[in-house]
Amino acid sequence: MDPIHQFEIKNLFPIARIGGIEIAFTNSALFMLIGLLLILLLMLGATSSRALVPGRLQSVAEMSYEFVATTLRSTAGTEGMKFFPLVFSLFMFILVLNVIGIIPYTFTVTSHIIITVALALLVFLTVVIYGFWKHGLHFFKLWVPSGVPLYIMPLVTFIEVLSFLSRPVSHSVRLFANMLAGHITLKVFGGFVTMLGALGFLGWLGAIVPLGLTALELLVAFLQAYVFAILTCIYLSEAIHAGH
Amino acid sequence: MDPQAAKMIGAGIACIGMGGAGVGVGTIFGHYLAAALRNPSAAQGQFGNLIFGFAVTEALGIFSLLIALLLLFAL
Repeated sequence: MDPIHQFEIKNLFPIARIGGIEIAFTNSALFMLIGLLLILLLMLGATSSRALVPGRLQSVAEMSYEFVATTLRSTAGTEGMKFFPLVFSLFMFILVLNVIGIIPYTFTVTSHIIITVALALLVFLTVVIYGFWKHGLHFFKLWVPSGVPLYIMPLVTFIEVLSFLSRPVSHSVRLFANMLAGHITLKVFGGFVTMLGALGFLGWLGAIVPLGLTALELLVAFLQAYVFAILTCIYLSEAIHAGH
Repeated sequence: MDPQAAKMIGAGIACIGMGGAGVGVGTIFGHYLAAALRNPSAAQGQFGNLIFGFAVTEALGIFSLLIALLLLFAL
């Protein structure tokens, strides 16, 4: 009953070998492909018959679109809507992968830090590159808030730079650690149920606890996808409106 | 001291940090609820800020949990 065992990456079949590095199709890649296919099916199925009165599938797609669009518009303004494809893809990708991970015997892709760091760096580099492209050297104003007394300015600037640079760390570790901790908790409580089951029928009533935890995990899966999306919106908004 | 025992004790101590995050998250939601009851019409507009504050606070608790998990399983 090793609770870490579920996060093991297995090679399903090898693809190539470059130098000493083996490139293989892993279960992580498999579940990313499954998630991508589910999103594609949802979006294609919803937009194939564009009815005025939406059906079930179409309302799901419309609701998720409206949800992300409202979030982006309220944090980054209408100017931020040019980043809508990025934010929507991130939100749907993380949400679908998180929810797939709750199903027993599946693999949670977002519980690996390499995946979340890649996503967070994508956002971070987009913010830096777009900020410098749009504002030039005025982008540095982001770290020099106006209205701060001069004698305290070096300290404030130092803190602002430090907090800006630590963003990709907290952005990625939040998602990764939440998923990891949640799945370990589920596994540990599952182990408790089998231990209690040895006591007889009354012990099996303990199985209600993991059921409640799974419901909580479903909430966390949605909330973390939303948090990732809203933080992306806030960071993008700073790149768009730097120096205001 | 046995290294395994030291690891277990260290993991337990690391988890104390989560209490601080608990206080912070409780403060955020409590103040949101108090303000929302005073002015329910403005509550919906601050939902994004609520979740943002929650996420930033919760991350710190998760960091200490991460240290505990690293001590138990990775190191």
